[in-house]
Amino acid sequence: MEKIICVCGHENPAGTKLCGKCGRPLTEEAKTSKIVDMKYDGAAIRSKTRNKSIIDKIWNFFSSVRVGITLIIINLIAASIGTIFPQEFYISVSTEPEKAAYYEKTYGSLGKLYYELGLSNVYSSWWFQVLVGLLAISIIVASIDRGIPLHKSLKNQRVKRHESFMKRQRIIAEGAVTEGDSANTMNLVEEKMKKLRYKVRRDGNALLAERGRFARYGPYINHVGLIVFLTAVMLRLVPGFYVDESMWIREGEMRAVPGMEGYFIENEKFILETHDNQQTENQELQGVNVVAKNYQTDVKLYKQADNSIPGQADNLELVKEYSVRVNHPLQHDGYAFYQMDFRLNEIKAMNFELTNKETGASLGAVSIDLANPQDEYVINDQTKVELMGYYPDFSGFENGEPQTATPTPNNPAFIFKMVTPDKPEGEISFVAIQQTIEPNGDNTHKMAFNSVETRNMSGLTVHKDSTIPMLAIGGAIFMIGVVIGSYWHHRRLWVEQLEDGTIRLAAHTNKNWFGIKKDLDAVTAFAHLPTYIDQSEDDQDEKEKEGDSTL
Amino acid sequence: MSLIDISGNLLFVAFIAYLVGTLFFGGAIKSTKPDGAVNRADKWGKIALVVTIIGFLAHLGYFITRWIYKGHAPVSNMFEFTTAFGMFIIAAFILIYYMYRLTALGVVALPVAILIIGYAAMFPNDVDPLVPSLQSYWLHIHVITAAMGQSILAISAVAGLLYLLKAIDPKAKSKSRFWMEAVLYFGVLVVGFILATVIFRGIGYEANFTYIDTKDAEAEMVYNMPAIFGMNEYTLLTDDVMEPLVEMPPVINAKKLTTVFWAFVFGSIIYLVIRLITRRSILDMLHPLVQKVNLNLLDEVGYRSVLIGFPVFTLGALVFAMIWAQEAWGRFWGWDPKEVWALITWLFYAAYLHLRLSKGWEGKKSAWLAVIGFAIILFNLIVVNLVIAGLHSYASN
Amino acid sequence: MDKKKKRSITRGVILIVLLAAIAYTVYSSATKDKVEVLQVGDKAPDFELVDLYESGLKHRLSDYEGKGIFLNFWGTWCEPCKKEMPAMSNQYASYKDQGVEVLTVNIAQSEFEVKKFIESLDVHFPVAIDKTKSVMTAYNVDLLPATILINPEGEVEKIITGEMNEAQIASYMESIKPEQE
Repeated sequence: MEKIICVCGHENPAGTKLCGKCGRPLTEEAKTSKIVDMKYDGAAIRSKTRNKSIIDKIWNFFSSVRVGITLIIINLIAASIGTIFPQEFYISVSTEPEKAAYYEKTYGSLGKLYYELGLSNVYSSWWFQVLVGLLAISIIVASIDRGIPLHKSLKNQRVKRHESFMKRQRIIAEGAVTEGDSANTMNLVEEKMKKLRYKVRRDGNALLAERGRFARYGPYINHVGLIVFLTAVMLRLVPGFYVDESMWIREGEMRAVPGMEGYFIENEKFILETHDNQQTENQELQGVNVVAKNYQTDVKLYKQADNSIPGQADNLELVKEYSVRVNHPLQHDGYAFYQMDFRLNEIKAMNFELTNKETGASLGAVSIDLANPQDEYVINDQTKVELMGYYPDFSGFENGEPQTATPTPNNPAFIFKMVTPDKPEGEISFVAIQQTIEPNGDNTHKMAFNSVETRNMSGLTVHKDSTIPMLAIGGAIFMIGVVIGSYWHHRRLWVEQLEDGTIRLAAHTNKNWFGIKKDLDAVTAFAHLPTYIDQSEDDQDEKEKEGDSTL
Repeated sequence: MSLIDISGNLLFVAFIAYLVGTLFFGGAIKSTKPDGAVNRADKWGKIALVVTIIGFLAHLGYFITRWIYKGHAPVSNMFEFTTAFGMFIIAAFILIYYMYRLTALGVVALPVAILIIGYAAMFPNDVDPLVPSLQSYWLHIHVITAAMGQSILAISAVAGLLYLLKAIDPKAKSKSRFWMEAVLYFGVLVVGFILATVIFRGIGYEANFTYIDTKDAEAEMVYNMPAIFGMNEYTLLTDDVMEPLVEMPPVINAKKLTTVFWAFVFGSIIYLVIRLITRRSILDMLHPLVQKVNLNLLDEVGYRSVLIGFPVFTLGALVFAMIWAQEAWGRFWGWDPKEVWALITWLFYAAYLHLRLSKGWEGKKSAWLAVIGFAIILFNLIVVNLVIAGLHSYASN
Repeated sequence: MDKKKKRSITRGVILIVLLAAIAYTVYSSATKDKVEVLQVGDKAPDFELVDLYESGLKHRLSDYEGKGIFLNFWGTWCEPCKKEMPAMSNQYASYKDQGVEVLTVNIAQSEFEVKKFIESLDVHFPVAIDKTKSVMTAYNVDLLPATILINPEGEVEKIITGEMNEAQIASYMESIKPEQE
């Protein structure tokens, strides 16, 4: 690749638009355009070199802003597809066949297609991750490709610029001083620009007033922030960085915490407070019957002694007591417990009365704790109830045997043997909810259902996320970069006093021309400079665009 | 009079003020005589701005009194959030006005705010207590910042619309002309929605139904508009009311669909009436009104609005949202539809900025992008909240 | 020329690193679940559970070093568990002398339910209740029945979910019996 040697003698890398030393236009395009392209200050962005090796081709591809924008749009569209129907992790079925059936049943054939194309699981899919990854590559490559030449150019820029550079800026002025002695003009300009908080550099009869150069780095800083953020997201996949488990725990139970070795949690109590009001229209809209004011689980967190192993529960040390509420997780050792969900009124104990069917008289009360049923419940010397079988979730008979579908007491059933003074040999009765079967013919006694005691169940999620600090840092860097780039502007004013005393002037800003014009108006008035024109508004057919600026 | 009543009255005052303000802004930029233009702009424009500021103060008063009454920021349901959004749009307009003195913006900004408030008013405005997940000071921080960001971005759409109203030739057939008229038609549809709701509410229309929901359980539904679409396996309980014409599967909320249908009907009728009576398109009527505005300045305002609004939006809708989500639910991002659409909005404006800065997309292209961006914001506000259900939504399953 | 080549190399390195990062991400994401779960070849986590019938007897995995362990997780509601237990009991009787131990672990049900169940089947092998589900968590047991085969060196030989017939049980026990001297 040949370097381009400018008339002034400076060597510029191939692809440079404006000479790095004097600013003369180097390319045909730059020479013939009325307003020169000031992106990257005319420096050659590295990808615009002629090298055609495969690596360069790939590099150039990712460096292109058009490719970057296309990737942004593709990511945007891909993300939106995942909102057409609820994604898989929001529906409450867990096996693949169940999911397929769910989508078809609820959303019809469109739903079935959605599931089969894999669109019901967009955000964890490999292709979505690849899309994000390509966007990340684009950000990195484009930033390196442009940021480095821009930095070099801004750092090395000179005060004096060639006439062809000056004349091709968007804002220019040329002419005599409008008032007073032209000898003092440059000093006046310097004085005013300094007051406007510009940095002023002089070189002979040339002056450069510059302000807000750091604003040019804004985009590059925010790109760094994005990459840090995405890297943190990637780190979540490294074992040990991220734990996300959920657990259901009933009041009174103690359970090992999944994902948190050596820790146990006990649910002391679950509390639900409601707002106690008439259902309002909004609540109807939201499908809420009772408005929860607060729900929390009072827990005790225990830790096993060091060198303990799973299964040992006798040497636990109480670590913390806490009320886990929404917005107020229990935090310990990098882990956090969140109150996510709850289920009310699961049967905890059932109270029966051993009753004589004819007389209706009770021989005694029996209370069965479903978490710990006993073999027998003794009322007195001659009266007792033996528990022959207990089936928490009675689902029917098989070969004469009662079956239970789950260990959860959704539909408790019992086989009782009632030993009474009248019937010391005992009577067998099968008792389920609204169902009593007496296998040995009509009994004299029955177990009459009296009442239940219930307890609540809490759904907690356990989280450990060591990537949070990095995510926060990435986010902060991003915000800083985007604020710098959006709220500050890089403004430059080049002024040159020619031999005959006339002034040549050019100005440029990367954004907010309205603002720089205010500065220009001020310095033009103060130093009696010739009036400037905005070359982008010069054409005749632009007149139509102009209209009345006060409107 | 209780605080909540005062609050409602103040909102009404604001609404009227914005209506009056629109008229004055219209007068300020319309010019038959080119000479008097500047003077007229000055006088009418000043009055218009004063009226707008009065309206804004009343609006702010509504916001503050409601806050005091409820004990937390009034942004927790559809009505509250949308009225707050309207308020922030006016605030953003006032801010941009003082930066650029562009009176013409008021002609579009105020009607947009009016439509948004009108739309919000169709939703129940009861004072409900907060559910636990909303009981956090993050509610205030996240929602208010996000609304502010969105409203500043909205001004870019306002500037864009104004730009297009002038730049598109209503006499020449073009894609731009078609889509611009479509945007204006959409505005009329919003009016149609408001009109339909008000009329049916005015006559006290009510029809009770029972139906079978997605979980195969029986549920109730009350329609406030004549039922065109019926719920799954519906049974009509009220006498002498319209029977649905079509039955919908349980996953579709037929009541909402009916509402949308009536909005279309009313809106389209209004639009047709306008076209028949005036024998012109809406664009054709508005185009001459804006002939005096400076396109370059509009373009710059549009761009600057995005520049100012983008960081605020990022901070409010993404950063604060992630922080709050982490604290409330233990995961800072769950790909919930509302979160995804906030991300989509963010990506879109990022694309806007890149297209502008690197590809030189200015003028008409930039104006259209700004309008599309606002459409995405509205999609998030309306469709995601009401149609697509999720952790975030104000809709039920 | 040199500079050109240097630039190519720099660019090439950057691109390769980035592509590798993406590949790693996609791969990790796809295999994430498997990594967190117990795998064949892992060292079997040590644990201690109290015997159901003899409250003084503690079954500690490390105590059984040198023996093959047939670790079975079950519940009373699980039909396949019920079906395979008699076969397990039979095979245990033969393999006990060959250095294979069986330990069946119930998932946090009441003593009453567990005892009734075992007695109704008339099976004979050690039983323990994992009251806090901590062993279940350590072994990532999700679906029942689940049987973990642990070889005499203390490593996981095989993980079986689903019902086993007697022939399979026999061959599993055979596969973990210690080498005869």
